[in-house]
Amino acid sequence: MKRKKHWYDYLWIASALYLILGFFNILFAWLGIICFMVPLLISIFSGTKAYCNQYCGRGQLFELLGRRFKLSKNRDIPHWLRSKWFRYGFLAFFMIMFFNMLFSTWLVFSGARTLREVVTLFWVFKLPWHWANTTKVAPWIAQFAFGFYSIMLTSTLLGLITMVLYKPRSWCVYCPMGTMTQGICKIKYKSESQKQNH
Amino acid sequence: MRLSKRLAVVSKECVACGCCQKECPLGAISIFKGLYAVVDPDKCIGCGKCAKVCPASVISIIERKGQNEKEKALV
Ligand code: SF4
Ligand code: SF4
Ligand code: SF4
Repeated sequence: MKRKKHWYDYLWIASALYLILGFFNILFAWLGIICFMVPLLISIFSGTKAYCNQYCGRGQLFELLGRRFKLSKNRDIPHWLRSKWFRYGFLAFFMIMFFNMLFSTWLVFSGARTLREVVTLFWVFKLPWHWANTTKVAPWIAQFAFGFYSIMLTSTLLGLITMVLYKPRSWCVYCPMGTMTQGICKIKYKSESQKQNH
Repeated sequence: MRLSKRLAVVSKECVACGCCQKECPLGAISIFKGLYAVVDPDKCIGCGKCAKVCPASVISIIERKGQNEKEKALV
């Protein structure tokens, strides 16, 4: 039985487009906020992981590349990678780096620092990114775009590496958004069942 | 109804990603409130498709034998 395709089964196109557009104009990185807000709002208001389960284009992209294009070795993920401490630890690390990025944006906004036109991979490797034309916007807007694009590119690369080594959607095991939305669902479920008990 | 010989079971390290739900041809596995995957034992035929795609490898296919006998004993 073949599952019926829905419009949201093509959201991987949006994910791929996002990375490509950002490559040519870094300011497109701002659109990535959608991929941060939508899953959180869905889990907060509906208490589900519908974003991961249906809409996430990134998960679909990994599935497509790993499965259709056979780029995945399809091995089991090591146990430590799926353990709670690693998943929540990675989420914590990710959040720290996220706030660090916001702080850099604020420094540029306040004038304490000038715009740095670099995309940082894996939080250490700095790629000069001078073809980005950011003269039309305020420096802090550009700084945020550089920071956000760095995060999106780094996480995509990590996802691609684990896609090749393990199962196509291995990234979903330790994806900070996935962990966070599951965490929110857990809290929501607990508080709701407590309410029912009273 | 005659049940299949095998059945999928999900361990507690499920990340609720939903790959299994997308894969199951019978709609026998679904994500419960964003927490984890649950298998409907009446629908599952133990084909193992979900286990194959599960990125966390937390699904195992087990023999239903014991359970069928238990059910028989109850009748
Ligand atoms: S775990 Fe992350 S990459 Fe996977 S579907 Fe959810 S949000 Fe997308
Ligand atoms: S594919 Fe595996 S980890 Fe994902 S929801 Fe299903 S059982 Fe859980
Ligand atoms: S074993 Fe087959 S029928 Fe059972 S839940 Fe998995 S995919 Fe569905």
